[in-house]
Amino acid sequence: MVAQRLVLGLLLIIAVSLILFLSVELLPGDLAEEILGQGATPETVAAFRRELGLDLPPHERYINWLFGMLQGDMGTSLANKRPIAELVGARFGNTLFLATYAAVIAVPLALTLGVLAALYRNGIYDRIVNIVTLTSISSPEFFVAYILILFFSVKFGWLPSIANLGDEHGFAERVYRLTLPAVTLTLVVVAHMMRMTRAAIINLLASPYIEMASLKGISKTRIIVHHALPNAWAPIINVIVINLAYLIVGVVVVEFVFVYPGLGQLMVDSVSKRDLPVVQASGMVFAGVYILLNLSADVAAILTNPRLLHPK
Amino acid sequence: MSTSNNGGGDSQFGDLLVEMRGLRIEGQADEQWHEIVHGIDLKLHRGEVLGLIGESGAGKSTIGLAAMGFARPGCRITGGEIIFDGIDLTTTDEDTKRKLRGARISYVAQSAAAAFNPAHKLIDQYSEAPVQHGILSNAEAERDAKDLYARLQLPDPDTIGYRYPHQVSGGQLQRAMTAMAMACKPDLIVFDEPTTALDVTTQIEVLAAIRDVVRQFNTAAIYITHDLAVVAQMADRIMVLRHGNLVEEGNTREMVANPQEQYTSELLAVRSFQKDHPVEVPGQRPLLEVEGVTASYGGGVKVLEDVGIEIRRGHTVAVVGESGSGKSTLARVITGLLPPMQGVIKFDGVEVPGALPQRSRDQLRRLQMIYQMPDTAMNPKQRIRDIIGRPLEFYLGKTGAEKEERIRELLNLIEMDPDTYIDRIPGELSGGQKQRICIARALAAEPDLIICDEVTSALDQLVAEEILKLLQRLQNELHVSYMFITHDLATVRAIADDVVVMLQGRVVEAGEKNVVMSPPHHEYTELLLSSVPEMDPDWLDRLLAARGAAS
Repeated sequence: MVAQRLVLGLLLIIAVSLILFLSVELLPGDLAEEILGQGATPETVAAFRRELGLDLPPHERYINWLFGMLQGDMGTSLANKRPIAELVGARFGNTLFLATYAAVIAVPLALTLGVLAALYRNGIYDRIVNIVTLTSISSPEFFVAYILILFFSVKFGWLPSIANLGDEHGFAERVYRLTLPAVTLTLVVVAHMMRMTRAAIINLLASPYIEMASLKGISKTRIIVHHALPNAWAPIINVIVINLAYLIVGVVVVEFVFVYPGLGQLMVDSVSKRDLPVVQASGMVFAGVYILLNLSADVAAILTNPRLLHPK
Repeated sequence: MSTSNNGGGDSQFGDLLVEMRGLRIEGQADEQWHEIVHGIDLKLHRGEVLGLIGESGAGKSTIGLAAMGFARPGCRITGGEIIFDGIDLTTTDEDTKRKLRGARISYVAQSAAAAFNPAHKLIDQYSEAPVQHGILSNAEAERDAKDLYARLQLPDPDTIGYRYPHQVSGGQLQRAMTAMAMACKPDLIVFDEPTTALDVTTQIEVLAAIRDVVRQFNTAAIYITHDLAVVAQMADRIMVLRHGNLVEEGNTREMVANPQEQYTSELLAVRSFQKDHPVEVPGQRPLLEVEGVTASYGGGVKVLEDVGIEIRRGHTVAVVGESGSGKSTLARVITGLLPPMQGVIKFDGVEVPGALPQRSRDQLRRLQMIYQMPDTAMNPKQRIRDIIGRPLEFYLGKTGAEKEERIRELLNLIEMDPDTYIDRIPGELSGGQKQRICIARALAAEPDLIICDEVTSALDQLVAEEILKLLQRLQNELHVSYMFITHDLATVRAIADDVVVMLQGRVVEAGEKNVVMSPPHHEYTELLLSSVPEMDPDWLDRLLAARGAAS
């Protein structure tokens, strides 16, 4: 079952690479002409095309590009001639750091809130948590971010409003500077995970084994945590993973607001500079992360199912 | 365990343990509260076993749970008192009730497979109540568990607890749940249909095990079932319930020997229906011949091996066996849902294709099927008119007034008034009525053979008997053949002409009912037959004694 998922994941990556390649291919105009500008002579354009490998037929270019990708050679940036792997690698590291930071806050928080909401369902606590998290998920990210900046940076001056990082910053400094972006992201993703935790648990409360547990005189908290939660993991894990993926691939706006040098920013910048190899490479990295995370969700769902974990 | 005193049980048992006075419970349906238990009085003494019996909707489970001070979601206790050992459960706080549950009153549910948490090992679920209630340490609880597993004759009592619920069989799970209920040595156990989901042969083991431990620990019990023969083996005293009212209460032996109320007599007589002998038409070849059929799901383990059966015109063949014996798979093969790996299916002497898509519409028409669960076999959004009208249109090309007339005829045939029912949807019918509609739908195709897959096992006994009588009347009038798949030998006695006994995918015995059902039997047929509970309260003791002597 796991092997089947892995093969499917691989096929998906290849499909995504094809789509990325073809969509760039379909863009109107000649890349070399675009870059060199209208003043270029046909000879310089032809020479440049050769240099870029644009004179080769598309399928050859695709295969060269794909195998290059697989070997870690993503080509060179058109804008500044640096190896793409280096550019993307550094930015991706930053993105991962921020995503991990946000996830470390958001996932335990969402699970705790969800379990508590299930325990005190339909009560005051449940309603307040619902309203707060729904409000935060319904507000645009930049709005949440600017509100946080207004209070924590401008009014109280506790946290920096800009998360620009250099190599000279140590771990503690990074954590400090990234607090506001991480909290912003947490506010955006926590509602979804919290509500799924609550729903998955409440969904199980009508099960005969939950009734059995209450007839054994087990306390409500223990029923939720010990009897319902272990059987609710599959849907919860799926939602957690979707949100983790979002933390990595969907944070461009937050990166922009806090001027954080993440991969999303790089991709947006490259689009505006028509630096297509960088766009393709970033796209592949995002796709890879997305597929890998979903794969791990499937595997985790299998691993948390006692029937599959302990076969007859 | 027999008593000679009258209902109410006194001197022979200990002090009064539970007393309910004027218990009233309401249930919620369509946003409205309706009373479902109308003022029940109940007394139970220490060490006494009280049987609660009645059909579904009688309120027996609701009353059993009320003895724990518990009402299911959608139910509420609205009146009366429930006094457990001096504590009124209707007025006491939730925390006091929680401390009683599991520790002093425990519960055994109908489906152990559903009532065990799939995520935890059996022994951890056993230990949970004593440890959480602070009665035993985990190590003590596990030691007790192994001891009880052994007393309940579970295989490998020292290790079986470390398995997960899906890793043991249904009968073993039910015994493990009885053990779990005994974990805190409670004063009272509520058994809610603990053997209803089991095969007859497994039921015996569980009944014997339950009775042994209840006696050994002198535990009082409320035993809930719809099967009077089962409760006769288990209970000292019986309360017969109907629609939330008490019909009759009395000592088990006296009630079985001399019921006072008409309704109790009906319950006692429920297995007396017998069909007449079919009209023999000599020289006719069999309607259905199945020869050497071997089948499996997805090419794996063979579920059927070299199975052959024959069904004559106008006859009823009962296929019996425990769950997993392959009887439903045989039906799937005959209908073409599961093409066989080997073997031949002949209808009226002509071989039919194994796979459903290759069969002609006429071949499909002549073979119809009725299922165990009428709820899931009908589209809940369709009106009765459309449910019955569809096969009329599909197989016979009837439309308009002709179709309408035939639908009404069919409704009359199954004794349901066309004007009342033709525009209803399945949700507006009772369980028995839904099954009648399924019968009408099968008849609409004017089939030669109807396969009935456990058609009565989801129904109350009295309703089930009505369905059997209806099927018999239809056979007499229309000369349709039935293949009756069932695990209930009482049904076989009632309706079959021929019997096929299946075990592990093979036919172990086949022939006319009177031959198969009377000695000498095949060993397995003997086991099946002797396991069917009888009304005689001494039946279980005699059976266990006989089996003990034999082994």
